[in-house]
Amino acid sequence: MTTQILIAGFGGQGVLFAGKFIAYKGLVEGKELSWLPSYGPEMRGGTANCSVILSDEPVGSPIVSEPDVLMVMNLPSLDKYENAAVKGASIFVDSTLIGRKVVRDDVKAFYIPATQMAIDAGVPTLANMIMVGKMLKETGVLSFENTVETLKKIVSAKRAELLDMNIKALEAGYNYKG
Amino acid sequence: MAEKVLMKGNEAIAEAAIKAGCRLYFGYPITPQTEIAAYMAKRMPKIGGTFLQAESEVSAINMVYGVAGAGFRVMTSSSSPGISLKQEGISYIAGADLPALIVNVQRGGPGLGGIQPSQSDYFQATKGGGHGDYHLIVLAPASVQEMADLTIKAFDLADKYRVPTMLLADGTMGQMMEPVELPETTSEPVEKPWAVTGTKMQRKHNIINSLYLNPELLEKTNFERFERYKQIEQNEVMFEEYMMDDAEYCVVAFGIAARVSKNAVTAARRKGIKVGLIRPITLWPFPVDVLKKAADKVKGFVSVELSMGQMIEDIKLATECRRPVVLCNRSGGMIPTPEHVLETIENLAKENK
Repeated sequence: MTTQILIAGFGGQGVLFAGKFIAYKGLVEGKELSWLPSYGPEMRGGTANCSVILSDEPVGSPIVSEPDVLMVMNLPSLDKYENAAVKGASIFVDSTLIGRKVVRDDVKAFYIPATQMAIDAGVPTLANMIMVGKMLKETGVLSFENTVETLKKIVSAKRAELLDMNIKALEAGYNYKG
Repeated sequence: MAEKVLMKGNEAIAEAAIKAGCRLYFGYPITPQTEIAAYMAKRMPKIGGTFLQAESEVSAINMVYGVAGAGFRVMTSSSSPGISLKQEGISYIAGADLPALIVNVQRGGPGLGGIQPSQSDYFQATKGGGHGDYHLIVLAPASVQEMADLTIKAFDLADKYRVPTMLLADGTMGQMMEPVELPETTSEPVEKPWAVTGTKMQRKHNIINSLYLNPELLEKTNFERFERYKQIEQNEVMFEEYMMDDAEYCVVAFGIAARVSKNAVTAARRKGIKVGLIRPITLWPFPVDVLKKAADKVKGFVSVELSMGQMIEDIKLATECRRPVVLCNRSGGMIPTPEHVLETIENLAKENK
């Protein structure tokens, strides 16, 4: 079983961090995996994206061009990648920032007002992790256990307060009904 | 067994170099390999090593030249345009028979080109790059694990044969993260009686030089070096074969192109096309024998490259042009998709039944 995940949005929304969390979560769960960021000038202001592949077998190409799971945090990303997703893919949309619906009817679309939820929860920079929380819930590709252990690998020990904020965001997304 | 950690390819190179006993790094920043320098800048001062950002690539490679002459494990890293600047120094290091590691995390060219991944420095890396009769041992990693393992291997080979070695990666390999297991133990230090370390008035002084004004002596030195190259060609060829047992067609690719090609080979097999993959791990020495043997049984080859087609020439030479070799490529920082490779395989199969 291989899951190809593509996360896309504006630079600064934590797209790469969200991918990193998923990758580390995969590592903790003993999966084969790869994480590949877009890099270069497009990361500032323009679109940023990252490919994460989770698998039970060694990963071939680390580039995700036909995602099973698509997480989009701005309109240009939905416009760009909606048609790339495979049939039956799960598409997660930050509905605070993206006004339109997913057009395709052969995919599962989830709308999460993640940016607004993040502001309301007092963690305005963590819409990305709210999206991840919802993704974990709906796809079941990874469990919701060991999230603290995973976060500790990517959040500096000096910034322990960030741990709680990230967990809060993940849980908000995981428990969001909509 | 060491714990598996997630690392970027660039970081894996840096950490593996430290594990291999490298305590001296000289470089100059350039995308997409800057994480190597950043990692070294952070770690080296903590372990009694030296990280030095030189004023230019030319300066950095000459610092490598000097330190290699003093017998230390030493490295530099850069990306394509920076590697071009280093070529004079690399030629001097080869001419002085010194071990050193040069890492090239390639980006699109020519000129300043772009910053996206590429394999278009294949010719430069495998055919010399600088002036004169010399080779580098060129290793091409295709995973973050190999970024680490081949870095250590590169230091060992450099010391064993007294030659500069090059790790030829690309932007994807440098930027991607995968689980990696770093070895606990480091390589044993190698005796270097030729190093310029001070005679303590107890031996004749050693000389590190690449200048031979006597042509007979220069020829003799080159002949001797090529004897060593012959040994390297005999002993150090590395490659991976994937689904080659019953293959009727053969894809040849290294680095990221091999990763993409593996997906295409799997997809082609599902369609009933008997295709396999040969992945050169050493680009010099090139795995000539395995390709030659493959040419006895397969009906054609596909060379998958992130360049306008460079390795394809070595495939044609190795197979003595006995079978068609077609190119599947992208250039300038673009990467062929598995579908593109699959289509090329299907066309080859259709035309060579």
